Amino acid sequence: MVDPTDYLGPVRPYVLTGGQARPSRNTVRPETLLVANADASLPPSATRQHRSLVQLCRGMLSLAEAAAHLKIPVSVAAVMVSDLVDSGHLAVRTVGADPDTPNQELLERVLHGLRSL
Amino acid sequence: MVSVASDHRRADRDEADRYVSPTVRQSVKILVSGPFGVGKTSLIDSVSEIVPLHTEEQMTQQSLGVDSLTGVERKTSTTVALDFGRITLGDDIVLYLYGTPGQRRFWDHWAGLAEGAIGALVLVDTRRLEESFEVFDQMELSDTPFAVAVNVFPDTPDIPLDQVVAALDLPTDTPMTSCRALDRQSSIQALITLVEHATASSRLTGAHR
Repeated sequence: MVDPTDYLGPVRPYVLTGGQARPSRNTVRPETLLVANADASLPPSATRQHRSLVQLCRGMLSLAEAAAHLKIPVSVAAVMVSDLVDSGHLAVRTVGADPDTPNQELLERVLHGLRSL
Repeated sequence: MVSVASDHRRADRDEADRYVSPTVRQSVKILVSGPFGVGKTSLIDSVSEIVPLHTEEQMTQQSLGVDSLTGVERKTSTTVALDFGRITLGDDIVLYLYGTPGQRRFWDHWAGLAEGAIGALVLVDTRRLEESFEVFDQMELSDTPFAVAVNVFPDTPDIPLDQVVAALDLPTDTPMTSCRALDRQSSIQALITLVEHATASSRLTGAHR
């Protein structure tokens, strides 16, 4: 089968995601920190885009940074990241049970950090 | 202009520093909002430890009235850009600064961009205050805590901040400050104003927003 992402010209965004329009999980945000799992190798069927993403994430990066470096929209990267987290090739490194609510303690640490710059 | 200190820092911002420090355990974000040309990217560039990054999303929507597509017989397809930077706080928190166009309809094109944000720093240019009106229309509909910073350009008239608050018809307790977006410490101070406000709001309600 032809891997559509081997074609170097512009492709419609859902081609990169294998037809998925939305991430499989809703917890991936632009600031979510990601790092590749060094022990998991990608199957031969993995697309060039998925390989590039895992390769890029050998160090820790946020979703938005990874998207910017790969020159793909954040929404497309989010779908790919969700798949790669599901398959164990990428790990989410941000801790915190409820990222919806930066709590008082975290806000005070941010404030302290900014004042120390 | 750019100070000597920031030139030194800029020289350090190369490819080797692309990655987030492995000691970081939490990421937080602040939206830097305001109309086109108000200085969002300048402020982000002043503070960021990485060279600011750029991403684009396509939004397809009818008649946004943003781009002139005279002679192009199709629905409007607008590219919305997001410029952002990063700063590590202490050794375990990384703060992202996302420069967002003022209009809320643009924010919605990045899933989760505003969700979980500490707040928004809204930059205004008092030489063309009317361009900020739509930003505040949207901020007032949102739960996101916000502070306002007048970006002072060389020819910005000296208008007292309380007059700016009145002109914008903002609540009198809206945190207001002025800054020079090209200056790192001045920009950091504006961010501190916002985070102090978000922290106070959080303390008041017992929870964030």
